[in-house]
Formats: sequence, structure tokens, C-alpha cells
Amino acid sequence: MEEFIQHLINGLSLGSIYALIALGYTMVYGILQLINFAHSDVYMMGAFIGLYSSRFLGIQEKPGLLSFISVLFISMVGCSIVGFLIERLAYRPLRGAPKLNALITAIGVSLFLQYSGQIVFGATPQSFPNILEDADLLALGGVHLTLFDVTIFMTTLSLMLILRYIINSTKLGKAMRAVSYNGQWASLMGIPVNKIISMTFIIGSALAAAGGILVGMKYPKIEPLMGTMIGLKAFVAAVLGGIGNISGAVLGAMIMGIAEEFVVGYGASTYRDALAFGILILILLFRPAGILGKLNVEKV
Amino acid sequence: MDFLFNEYILSMIVYCGVNIILAVSLNLVNGFTGQFSIGHAGFMAIGAYLSAYLGMNFHTPFILNTILGGLASAAAGYAVGLPSLRLKGDYLAIVTLGFGEIIRVVLLNIDAVGGARGMYGIPKDGGFFWTYGWAVATIFIISQLMRSTHGRAFLAVREDEIAAEAMGINTTKYKVRAFVISSFFAGIAGALFAHYLCYLNPSSFGFMKSIDVVVMVVLGGMGSITGSVIAACIITLLPEALRPLQEITKIDFRMVIYSLTLIILMLTRPKGLFGNLELSDLWKKYVKRHS
Repeated sequence: MEEFIQHLINGLSLGSIYALIALGYTMVYGILQLINFAHSDVYMMGAFIGLYSSRFLGIQEKPGLLSFISVLFISMVGCSIVGFLIERLAYRPLRGAPKLNALITAIGVSLFLQYSGQIVFGATPQSFPNILEDADLLALGGVHLTLFDVTIFMTTLSLMLILRYIINSTKLGKAMRAVSYNGQWASLMGIPVNKIISMTFIIGSALAAAGGILVGMKYPKIEPLMGTMIGLKAFVAAVLGGIGNISGAVLGAMIMGIAEEFVVGYGASTYRDALAFGILILILLFRPAGILGKLNVEKV
Repeated sequence: MDFLFNEYILSMIVYCGVNIILAVSLNLVNGFTGQFSIGHAGFMAIGAYLSAYLGMNFHTPFILNTILGGLASAAAGYAVGLPSLRLKGDYLAIVTLGFGEIIRVVLLNIDAVGGARGMYGIPKDGGFFWTYGWAVATIFIISQLMRSTHGRAFLAVREDEIAAEAMGINTTKYKVRAFVISSFFAGIAGALFAHYLCYLNPSSFGFMKSIDVVVMVVLGGMGSITGSVIAACIITLLPEALRPLQEITKIDFRMVIYSLTLIILMLTRPKGLFGNLELSDLWKKYVKRHS
């Protein structure tokens, strides 16, 4: 039982990280129907911006809530700029082109970020600065609830609430929903579609940056290729929940995180990567639109 | 022919051949049938591992190994394709990606084929003539197939699935057929690769390899066999051609240049190098213009 609860806690914290990244995938997909492969590398950039900004500010050895929040903030702003530039330079010129071209471009951008990251940051893993001291908040028998788990969960939760507010209660959010419903009609209603798409990328990238910082804290080795696998899994989480659906992405990410922790915890750790895709395939075969997604019936 | 080249150049030429088989066979699914698969490396891995295993443990003749490898891949293609080809577009892409990864992880966990250590001591076989023999066979079979009733059905599925269905084409059946044929050749390519390199590791069949093949197809032009052949050669040789640059600057710029080329190409020539034209179409155009 203790073991079970411990795995559940670990799974929730892993799921929160997946959720932050999955939201970026699902928002971009909802609006552009594009799998933004470069998103996982924006997340990688987030971790590295965190590393360098903490060095620059001289707070890499001064753990504390203030250091954590300032690094998080800088990294989110930095990644927003990266996300904006990616959309502006690589995706916008392809707006009318076939979907596959945009997809290949996304892969190209992803490779570009990874390999230029290897040149700029170096290919060897670097250790992430200690911006927050980990401690056991609660230790009941064998169950440990650490400060990191709580921080990860709280950060995700608050960012999620902000996102929810933006999407449901602001003019920007209304415009985003309109564009994802139908871009052409939205532009006829006077919504500046390109600006809204840029904003989507900015918000998604900021969330990915937060994911990068949290992963950096929890698993303190970061390297330029760190995004690939976690990016794929976050994407799978988005599909699992129903791609284009915000709450679906969070739900899918939590399921993925918890399932993965249980598989690792109960022995089959070498199969952890296969499990993610196994779940996905089963869900897609029996419910192709994902858990919360709506299936579009194709009409002539 | 072998004595004309040194070992390094010959190996590059053989890898070109392997990639030609992969690209042309994936073009059947992605280009001609209009489905989107990004798990080709998984099928390649099945062919490679089975063929290598047979060659090492049962000393069966090379041609038999390759064909059995191809058939095993085709069977896997059938098993994967039958349920997943009901899905469309990005969903299909992600499912094929998932199957590709699962195949890799399973191979990673099978001790009989070396697991993560890789598989050593595969009997050396194949080489230039075998590879290009199979490449020519692949190109011939797929181009002839596209001229047949089946090929027309594949194109109809790509152009408009609902209209195709209305014309009495069983779309799922044709999609699965394209997938199975494509997987067969991927298995062959894997077998040729395994016996030429004499060493296999699951990590060579990861997501990146699948992406490489997709890039070849898109770069060459969806639905152009000529394009796939040329793009396969470019993608194989480009990193090698850029090697001197790395030696001068001491920094590995190759992948950065590769990815930038990819982005710029998509922005400036979105239909790929050849669009859906073949060499013969271009030749006809040329003749028309000059007569």
C-alpha cells in the first residue's frame, strides 16, 4: 500500500510535467492542425535558459523560492520569444501549404534546435543549478512527499488555472477558440488570425519552459537531446486525451504519468517507453478521437 | 566493380541503395496512397533482425534470409496496418510512430538478438550487386504496380477516399495492401543493411531513422519514384559531403546544415524536388519543348 501511494505521488508529479508540455501540443494542434515537433525542443531551451539565467544572476547556489520564481519567469519569457520566432519564421510562410510540409518543417526546426543546441550548449549533460532545496514535507512510513513534488504540482496547477482563465474568460481566449473552430470564418469576423496564432505559440512555449525548469529540478541532468522522448510522450498524452482539447491534454498526461510510474515501479522498467505507445494504440483503436475528443465525421 | 572504389566509398554507395529501397517503398504508402506512416524503421528492423538471426544461427542462404526477413516485415505490416489504417492523417502517423517505437523497445529486450548490446558477427553478405539488384526490383515492381488496377486504386484512395469508396474500391483493403507491400521492401532493405554492416543495434532503428525516410520521400516529391531515388542519395551523401567542413572548423555543423536545408527546401519548394513527376515525364516535357 505504501509503495502504491508512493508510485501514485511520483506519477502525479511526472504527469504534471507531461501536462505542461502536452498543452502546447494540443493548443497548436487545435488551431493549426499541426504536430509541432519543435515543441519538445522549446522545452529543452527552457531548461537551458533556466541554467544560464541562474548562472548570470548568480543564484545557482542560492536555493529559495525567489530564485525558483525568477528563473521560472525568465525562462518562460525566453521561450515565448523562441516560440514566437519559430512560428513567425518557419510556420507562417507555410500557412497555405499541405499539412505534410508543415510537419516536415516542424521536424526540421526540431533537429535544428537540437543540433545547434549541441554546438552552443555542448553535447555532454550539464547539471541543473540547485534553485530550490528539496526536502521531505511529509514522511509517513515509506511514503515520502517531497517539496519538489509539491512545487511541481502547485506550479502546474496555478499555470493551468491561469490558462483556463485566459481561454475561457478573456477576449484573447475567445478569439483563440474561434480560430480553432474555423480560422477562415474567424478572420471574416475581424479576428486577427495570425496574431492569435502567434499568441498560441507564445503561451504554449511558456508552459513548455515551465516544464523544462521543473524537469531540470527533479532530474538534474540536462542535455540538448532531452526533449525527444519526453516530447513524444507528452504528444501521446495530448492524443490520448483528445488532441485539441485542453482538459483532455491534462487528463491524458496524468494517465500517462501514473501508468508509467507504475510500470517502472512494478518491475518492467525496460518497457516504459513501449508502454506509453501501447496505451496510445489501444485507445486510438477503440476510441480514435481520444478520451475527451469529438470525432469529426467526414462529409462529402 | 568492387575494385574501382575504396571500402568507404563503396559502403556509401551501398547505403544509398538501401535507402533507395526504403524511400521508394515508403513512397507507395505516403506518396501514392496518401497515408502517412512514420514507423518505417520498425519494419526495417524486423527484416534486419530476422535475416541476421537466420544467417547466424542456421546458416541459411542469403537470398532466403532476405526474403524471409521481408515476409516477416510484411506480416508485421499486415498486423499493424489492419487495425491502424482505419485512422486518418495525424492519428495514423502517431500510431505508426508508436508501433515503430514498440518494435524497437521489444528488440531491445530480446536477449537472443543481443538486446541493447547489439548483435555482432552477422555473416557478411550482399554488397553492391545484391543491394542494387533489389533496388531495381523495388523500383520496377512499384512502378509497374502503379500502372495496374491496384495502382489506380491506390491513387483513387489518395485523391478522395469517399469518392473512391463510391466507385466500389474497398479503401481499407487497398490501404492495407499498400502498407504490406511497403513493409516487405522495408524488411528487404533491413536485411541488406544487416548483412552489409555485420552489426545491428536497436538504436539504429529509432524515430530518427523513420524521419529520415519520410524526409527522403517528401524531399523527392510525394508520388515520384525518381524523386525518392534522388532524395535518398542526397540524404545519405549530404552528411558525408559536409565532413570536410567539420574537419576544418572542428565543430560538427553537419546536422545543423541538414536541418536548415530541410526547412529552406520546404519553404521554397513545398512540392519537393520533383513534385509528382517522374524522369520520363520530364523527358517528355523536354522533348515537347524542343521539337
